[in-house]
Amino acid sequence: MDGAMTESTKLPSGQTRINSLEMRGITKRFPGVLASDHVNFDVKSGEVHALLGENGAGKSTLMKILYGLYHPDEGEILLDGKPVTISSPTDSIDLGIGMIHQHFMLVPTLTVAENVALGLPSSRGVLTDLDRVSKRIIELADIYGLKIDPDAYVWQLSVGQQQRVEIIKALYRGAALLILDEPTAVLTPQEVDELFVIMNQMVKDGHALIFISHKLHEVVEISHRVTVLRDGRTIGTRLTSETTKQDLANWMVGREVGFAPNRGQSTLGEVRLSLNEVHCGSDRGTPGLRGVSFDVCSGEILGIAGVSGNGQRELAESITGLRKVTSGRVFLEGQDITNLAPGEITDRMLSYIPEERMRDGMIKDFTIAENMILREHHKQPYSKNGFLNLRGIANHADELIESFRVKTPSRETLAKNLSGGNIQKVVLAREISRNPRVILAAQPTRGLDIGATEYVRQQLIEQRNKGTAVMLVSEDLDEILALSDRIAVVYEGQIMDIVPRENATPEKLGLLMAGVHPEEGAPVVQ
Amino acid sequence: MITELLSTTVLIGILASGIRLATPYLYAAIGETFGQKSGVLNLGVEGQMLLGCFAAFYVALTTGNLWLGLLAAMIVGAAMGLAMAFVTVNLRAQQGISGIGFYLFGLGMSDLLFQRLMGTVETVKGFQRIYIPGLSDIPGIGEIFFNQNILVYGAYLLVPLAWFVLNKTTLGLKIRAVGENPDAADSLGVSVARVRYFTIILGGTLSGIAGASLSIALLNVFQQNMTSGLGFIAVALVYFGAWKPVGVLGGALLFSMVNSLQLWIQVLGIPVPSDIAVMMPYVLTILVLVATVSRVRAPSALTKPFERDD
Repeated sequence: MDGAMTESTKLPSGQTRINSLEMRGITKRFPGVLASDHVNFDVKSGEVHALLGENGAGKSTLMKILYGLYHPDEGEILLDGKPVTISSPTDSIDLGIGMIHQHFMLVPTLTVAENVALGLPSSRGVLTDLDRVSKRIIELADIYGLKIDPDAYVWQLSVGQQQRVEIIKALYRGAALLILDEPTAVLTPQEVDELFVIMNQMVKDGHALIFISHKLHEVVEISHRVTVLRDGRTIGTRLTSETTKQDLANWMVGREVGFAPNRGQSTLGEVRLSLNEVHCGSDRGTPGLRGVSFDVCSGEILGIAGVSGNGQRELAESITGLRKVTSGRVFLEGQDITNLAPGEITDRMLSYIPEERMRDGMIKDFTIAENMILREHHKQPYSKNGFLNLRGIANHADELIESFRVKTPSRETLAKNLSGGNIQKVVLAREISRNPRVILAAQPTRGLDIGATEYVRQQLIEQRNKGTAVMLVSEDLDEILALSDRIAVVYEGQIMDIVPRENATPEKLGLLMAGVHPEEGAPVVQ
Repeated sequence: MITELLSTTVLIGILASGIRLATPYLYAAIGETFGQKSGVLNLGVEGQMLLGCFAAFYVALTTGNLWLGLLAAMIVGAAMGLAMAFVTVNLRAQQGISGIGFYLFGLGMSDLLFQRLMGTVETVKGFQRIYIPGLSDIPGIGEIFFNQNILVYGAYLLVPLAWFVLNKTTLGLKIRAVGENPDAADSLGVSVARVRYFTIILGGTLSGIAGASLSIALLNVFQQNMTSGLGFIAVALVYFGAWKPVGVLGGALLFSMVNSLQLWIQVLGIPVPSDIAVMMPYVLTILVLVATVSRVRAPSALTKPFERDD
């Protein structure tokens, strides 16, 4: 690597390398929050430096400072040893820093070339020079192996292709250092592999890459060094080859992380939720569920495993009254609740943790306190005779924020300003604190970081141990195996089999999820 | 009766005045197109037009100079645009509501000024038809297209010009990007505020000219509320035209032709109740909007104030 550097200080794109970039003692305060607390971070030409941390650890804040979107209260940034001031994205672009945002900064109605040209001076003055831009895009695409059609409209492209447009946009602007903010969050596993190939090539060519993620296996796979942030502070920097996933996880969360939760003791009780030959439609008009029957008992977790789109959503919605059951019955503690209004089902103490927590789990523009009483707002002590009892609501919110360790400046903070993990804690707090008879949790840890995931799982287990009947719908097989007492596998709207925990192996469940009965060995033909 | 409508002279008359009457629609709707392309809905067009209408008329009347009148209308329109830009960009007001506010301001202010400064309805000798040797003499065609005043020609020239600016210049690219994804534009160093200020002030200026075209080029009088909803139709035309200058042109012609037709129906004394005839363009507005709704998607950021956050 050193030999290459002395040979040439130019990158294949023609830009000068950034040999080193150092952020020293960066501090950033927001009202009520210390987002960065004397953070140190550096990156060199020819390496991928991973920035690892939980949601809210300060990764994005640090990178927004580097990109000029935020201004640090203290600290300095050194580029090739010289201090620089970055007060806007324009400054950072001029210095050779590019950023691939987590939410793509593309205009869907414009072409690739137009997106790349946007904001840049044109060689033809006031007129656009899209033909020249396109030519250069093709050149860059060739050099870096990023296949892209400059004349395609962005809305026509897949997510992976759009990400390539973002990379080209940065390279076109002369980026020598690239910040990739959770670039894999939106990609399929195959697209992740393709991205890693591109990243490896760029690093070989002398670019410096900053890779932000909370996915440990990706960090271990792609990075040379890793810096862990927690609560706005640098915990440390290591060579990736000298760490393990377990070390990084412990570092990131700040304590020993158990990948397998402690299940404790539970006593199996009476049947709480019972489905009998339930049928319903799907959004596309095709059958959603085709005769589903099972029971969930007090003190157990029934896991519903399956590949996405095999009726999981329809199942949750027909139990909660959000979808019409066309035939069959649903019973809650022996009472028929089939096709009752969602509110009536709720009032019989069924709690629901919906899959789309931002859309169905809460109201983004309501405060945390308001979100916490969504289900019970019409009851005392939250309201009386149609008037809200503000003190009752506030006390309830404060109690839950404390007992569920929700990280928020106050109970009056709007839900949309919380991180994903904290939003899920608010939902969980609301659903669990009413002491439900049955909990239906759909994908409760999807998109959450390690700490929040662990917390949510532990809460579900505690509920089971207290005697609540828990139904867990998850596409994450590890989660299903770690939590469930029995596992029902759903395939094309039917239950393939219900397997006790002791007999469940990933192989067996995998076959069932694919519609194959292991004993019979042949796919089930409908 | 119908045969009267179909005579060549009358047909030429209908078409010629149709071409002429599209003028205010074109200026106002092209201006509004720029605003909406950048994500700003200006419902105050009607108010801007009324003030432009009065300013042009009053200045032309007192100075005797039509060009000064036109300039006054542009300045007044631009000033209204500046105020609108401040309210929507800096104060991030609800665009629909603030637009109605600007409309009511223009309506009341133009009437107040009219009462104070003039008091009675007067007339000016407006911009005259321009004779183009050769072209104006073509039978029929000459009468319809090439026997119009300068502001009419200007309105039609504006259509390709607007298309060119929106699609072939870096400014146009910025305008389109800001209206679709202001965060993306911002991340590339494009000032969302500056782009929107530009389009709103441009829209105001063009609305001012639209008003002037009524008072010193087409009708040559000023009366209270003389735009009578024309500015609102211009806003509707932008939707109808799918945010494209040529689509706006098509819509403007459709409405002006229907308007022209109803005027001639009244002139010729055809026994259609005049209320019904006058209603025609407005009824058409509603029908056409219902028919074209959701055909094309509006700019994604339309009516959304921009705020940098994460």
